[in-house]
Amino acid sequence: MPADTGIEGRDQAPSEVRVAGEVEELERRFQELVDADQRIEPRDWMPEGYRRTLIRQIAQHAHSEIIGMQPEGNWITRAPSLKRKAILLAKVQDEGGHGIYLYSAAETLGVSRDELVDLLHSGRQKYSSIFNYPTLTWADVGAIGWLVDGAAITNQIPLCRCSYGPYGRAMVRICKEESFHQRQGYDILYTLARGTPRQREMAQDAVNRWWWPSLMMFGPPDEASQHSAQSMAWGIKRHSNDELRQRFVDVTVPQAEVLGLSLPDPEIRWNEDRGHYDFGPIDWDELRRVVSGDGPCNRQRMAHKVAAHENGRWVREAALAYEAKLEAGYKRGARASGRAA
Amino acid sequence: MTTAGSRPTPAGRPTPPGTGGAPTPPGNRATGVTSEDLVTYALRLGDDALIMAQRLGSLVTNLPELEEDLAVANIALDLLGQARALLTYAGQLEGKGRGEDELALERDEREFLNVQLVELPDRDFAVTMGRLLLFSTYQLGLYRALTGSRDETLAGVAAKAAKEVAYHRDHAEHWVVRLGDGTEESHARMQAGLAEVWPYGAELFEVDAVQERLERAEVAPDLAALRPGWESSIGEVLAEATLEPVETSWEPSGGRRGLHTESFGYLLAEMQHLRRSHPGARW
Repeated sequence: MPADTGIEGRDQAPSEVRVAGEVEELERRFQELVDADQRIEPRDWMPEGYRRTLIRQIAQHAHSEIIGMQPEGNWITRAPSLKRKAILLAKVQDEGGHGIYLYSAAETLGVSRDELVDLLHSGRQKYSSIFNYPTLTWADVGAIGWLVDGAAITNQIPLCRCSYGPYGRAMVRICKEESFHQRQGYDILYTLARGTPRQREMAQDAVNRWWWPSLMMFGPPDEASQHSAQSMAWGIKRHSNDELRQRFVDVTVPQAEVLGLSLPDPEIRWNEDRGHYDFGPIDWDELRRVVSGDGPCNRQRMAHKVAAHENGRWVREAALAYEAKLEAGYKRGARASGRAA
Repeated sequence: MTTAGSRPTPAGRPTPPGTGGAPTPPGNRATGVTSEDLVTYALRLGDDALIMAQRLGSLVTNLPELEEDLAVANIALDLLGQARALLTYAGQLEGKGRGEDELALERDEREFLNVQLVELPDRDFAVTMGRLLLFSTYQLGLYRALTGSRDETLAGVAAKAAKEVAYHRDHAEHWVVRLGDGTEESHARMQAGLAEVWPYGAELFEVDAVQERLERAEVAPDLAALRPGWESSIGEVLAEATLEPVETSWEPSGGRRGLHTESFGYLLAEMQHLRRSHPGARW
């Protein structure tokens, strides 16, 4: 792929001093490629802002996958059937796998996973605010699958065509798995909605709690979105926050009708003129509070993540020490290669 | 205990049966054992896998690195799959209409037949890996031998499971060696973790009247014949890991008769509460 792009300056750090006209020329050719829907690859020249934006976005996405393992993992030990337990374990494992691909995609931009994890742990990078809400009942596992994964897919399908190759390719695989997760979540709610009165109540309560936070996953309204215009010009983002939010509402309202569950918004109604569902105002103050650290679980999620990392330090140190001994050549590898002879 | 002569061995298939005319349980061809014994056996193996899966599943998001979260989730998933097959089979043999979920989520503490080793709390990563080494090494020998069982269902479950637990064992071995021969701290913790789980290993090879009858009918592998392989295999790992073998005269026991440790009640309470709170509900 890089060979097809025709961009010079590979292997040169963007900050390197260049003659004035050269940078403009590189930028012009970069933008031409993006505009022609071509992929930018790791060794291609790219504007520093593009690189930084991608690192921020991919890292936030990776962190979200990892932190998202916590609210769902919360129900692994308590799943109400062995089949549901197996599906949930596999799902949480998939989320961890997504985190790994995404960290790898970010690493192609010249940053290490360790650096990104440090940025998360020190609060300098964020993860999706949706995971700062608690999973209080089994139905929350269903609601996360249906609504949260559904919103994530709506956001992520356009990213499969992202101008940055490694990110776009990671998203193709992730979207396939996410759509599987969404169907599993829907199936949990479908079963509960047709179950006993208490199960139905549990399902409705979960949908009531997860609906608005799911709409907030698309980010602030277009007029308040800081990064949107530049990300669109760079081919990182393809649709505005409000377009994607509307798309999600349009797909989800009929699904709720099939479930026989209501959505907690009396203003939802089909608008014939617009050809879309209207919906009520979103409480942006809530999103701001949760993003700034005052959601129900922000502190808990970070404390859990940091504790796991700190508690595992001795294990990682042991693995490194053992590797060093192997490399020093007196361990198993050395014996196997005939050192004894 | 019976002699090993005609019994399945870790490496080989059993010789043809020498007995006939005994009652034939449903779904089983002339093995000469009662369904009651077979139910007990399927529950013992199934409960081992289930409870180990439950302990490992609770560790996901708490492990030292992301790759380890994935590996442990994967091992738990394999074990859960084994448990589901074995408990489903136990339910069919029992013929009381109980399936995997009724057996896993509605039995009481005294009805569980897993060894105590699998229910021990994971106090430390060294305990987790030490326990996994003991258990997966046992399971590997057992399942390989069980592929030669005269019970075709058990042989089928074992054939699939043996491939899975070979990976589990490999994973545990690598960690025990890295921790044992890593840093001073990891060596001390691994030695302590091993000391904690080691006494519980003896129960894996306990033979009672049920096991004896199943061995005689060539349904279950000869546990006494499996033990030396287990000991030498673990001994090699410990030597590689620069760990000392654990000397102990204490051999806790009782799991196969439904006697468990105090922590087990909490494990079941957590695992079963949702289903038990909604009697008769479907999920």
